[in-house]
Amino acid sequence: MTELTKHEPTTIYIKPAKGLAALNLRDLWIYRELVFFMVWRDVKVKYKQTLLGMAWAVIQPVMNMLVFTFVFDRVARLPTDGIQYEVFSFTALLPWGLFVTALNQGSRSLVAHNNMVTKIYFPRLILPISSVFAGLVDFAIAFVILIGLMILFNVMPAWNVLWTLPLFLLLTIITALGVALWLSAINVKYRDVNQALPFLTQFWFFATPVAYSFTTLPEKFQIVLSLNPMTGVVNGFRWALLGAGNGPDLALWVSVAISVLIFISGLFYFRSMEKTFADTI
Amino acid sequence: MTIAISAKNIGKKYQIGAAETKFRYNMLRDVLVDTVYAPVRLAKALIGKSDRRSNQNFVWALKDISFDVAEGQVLGIVGRNGAGKSTLLKILSRVTDPTEGTVAVRGRVGSLLEVGTGFHPELTGRENIYMNGAILGMKRAEIDKKFDEMVEFSEVAQFIDTPVKRYSSGMYLRLAFAVAAHLEPEILVVDEVLAVGDAEFQRKCLGKMGDVAQQGRTVLFVSHNMSAILRLTQEAIVLKKGQLIKRAPTPEAVDFYLSSGQAETGEHIWTPDEIPLNSAPFKPIALRLKDKTGKVVDTVRSTEPVTVEWEYQLEAPLTGLRMGLYLSTMRGEYVFTAFDTDDAKQYEQFGARQAGRYMSCCEIPADFFNEGRYSLGVNASSFGVRRYFMDENALSFNVDISGAPGTQWPELRQGPIRPRLDWKIEKLD
Repeated sequence: MTELTKHEPTTIYIKPAKGLAALNLRDLWIYRELVFFMVWRDVKVKYKQTLLGMAWAVIQPVMNMLVFTFVFDRVARLPTDGIQYEVFSFTALLPWGLFVTALNQGSRSLVAHNNMVTKIYFPRLILPISSVFAGLVDFAIAFVILIGLMILFNVMPAWNVLWTLPLFLLLTIITALGVALWLSAINVKYRDVNQALPFLTQFWFFATPVAYSFTTLPEKFQIVLSLNPMTGVVNGFRWALLGAGNGPDLALWVSVAISVLIFISGLFYFRSMEKTFADTI
Repeated sequence: MTIAISAKNIGKKYQIGAAETKFRYNMLRDVLVDTVYAPVRLAKALIGKSDRRSNQNFVWALKDISFDVAEGQVLGIVGRNGAGKSTLLKILSRVTDPTEGTVAVRGRVGSLLEVGTGFHPELTGRENIYMNGAILGMKRAEIDKKFDEMVEFSEVAQFIDTPVKRYSSGMYLRLAFAVAAHLEPEILVVDEVLAVGDAEFQRKCLGKMGDVAQQGRTVLFVSHNMSAILRLTQEAIVLKKGQLIKRAPTPEAVDFYLSSGQAETGEHIWTPDEIPLNSAPFKPIALRLKDKTGKVVDTVRSTEPVTVEWEYQLEAPLTGLRMGLYLSTMRGEYVFTAFDTDDAKQYEQFGARQAGRYMSCCEIPADFFNEGRYSLGVNASSFGVRRYFMDENALSFNVDISGAPGTQWPELRQGPIRPRLDWKIEKLD
């Protein structure tokens, strides 16, 4: 009785959703603790019953970096804007790793939690959002290795890294979340997304200058590649941390604009499909 | 009197896919044809033109439902399977939107349909309490405050730091229920949880529900257990095929429900609209009750054996199939559950069945039933894989006990069965 008299309960009106759904960010704020718990659970469960535990967050990008260094540097001798290939590729592998995790986990998040979706009300946006945030933990761990590599190869970032890096990290999150919003909502109805993801990831990887340098590409390729929002992210990371490349130029702004477009359209698409999730999943 | 829930003309339309039944993959040819047409389907999906012919393929799971629930009222909801009870609860708990109409809900809705949702087997009991609590919309501070109470209620204190994958199913369920039960919503929705757990635990659940009602919270209670409905609610609504057909004080509503809508012919033949589309490739045909002369009967003599025949069709081969029979009293208490492949030898022979028409039948021996009315439910499932079809109330019948043991005394005997026991009486001195 005491609990009840404390506050006047609010009245909710449940009615058919019509037209463009409002984003309803207020509900998202009310449920913010759930995002925390979902991320916490994902991270906790991910490395349970593994021998090496959190070390995997380091091993994966480091192994990738070593393979790339061998293939693209020692064998193929790709140009790298005069930077040690180890640092050059690892700097790009960090945001790329975050993007891939977010893309894969985020796209599957609704279907993976279908028992939650069909049984309880909560803002559905929480599922892709927490998948993306869970990737940040791995990112933070791998980032420590990057700092080590930069010290080892004597690379000093400029002072403005303090604000440019967070901005590019934000851009990575927006890009990953935008794509995850689209794909997770489509995946509810068409599981083709599950089949397409491995191929999509691979294709996207080669269309992003992770293993190679953007600036040494012929100009016509540069134009095509800047339509890929991850190009902006990877170039931005290299510029912020290593001073490589051109810095914020037209190509970067094109990438940013596309990221924002995907993100905002993804938000609205997700919200408009949200009301059918429980019925079609 | 404050109104807690006010539903006005709500309806829910479900699209049922013809696309799913269109391609059946019986033959390699179908698979190839399907593959060739894939680009066409993709193109159609992208321009928003669905593969299925719309307009015709939908059903109204709920139509034109209006009712008010006063704050602090405990309302029972009864109805057969597919009557729309679950859809109604889903709308009230905001899982899905109604197609038409509005509901005004005053306060937080907590439902016990989601016990254990979000539980992760790798996490410990403690971690799962926090996780599940957050999913149900509790604040962290709120969970902290009620944590000890929940652990005590669940009776798993000893294992609270053990991953729940090591729990027995009973422990798992108790823990899950403990979290849901401490949510303290203004409106509590309870759906069929009482069908699970041991008797002692069920008693606790009902007690908790009673407490909630005592505190002046509103409770919606859905169950097939009529005695629980009678005990816990004062008023009930009856749903039939998506429509609200009766609202009355509980005893009257339960009487109405029990005496209406039940076929009394001793035979249930499933019509196409009674078979959910997702039950394919399984298709129920008929359930019959026959006396020892082979006549279909709706009244069974307790002193004679009775044969239950279940006829069905498999459109495709199925493995691990078992056809279940659930016998219960009309008050919803189970008498027994049995499967046609309970016997290991039978399972070896019929676990995997080719497509075709089948009949599973069994005999319920003489001197089994007590006087009264019973209900037969059926289901078809592959254990741990999928439940194809289920009808919890496929057939009901009366039992006549003339000639049964003890009928020389005209009195009501307790209990659902009335066995003829082999009594030995001897004088000891």
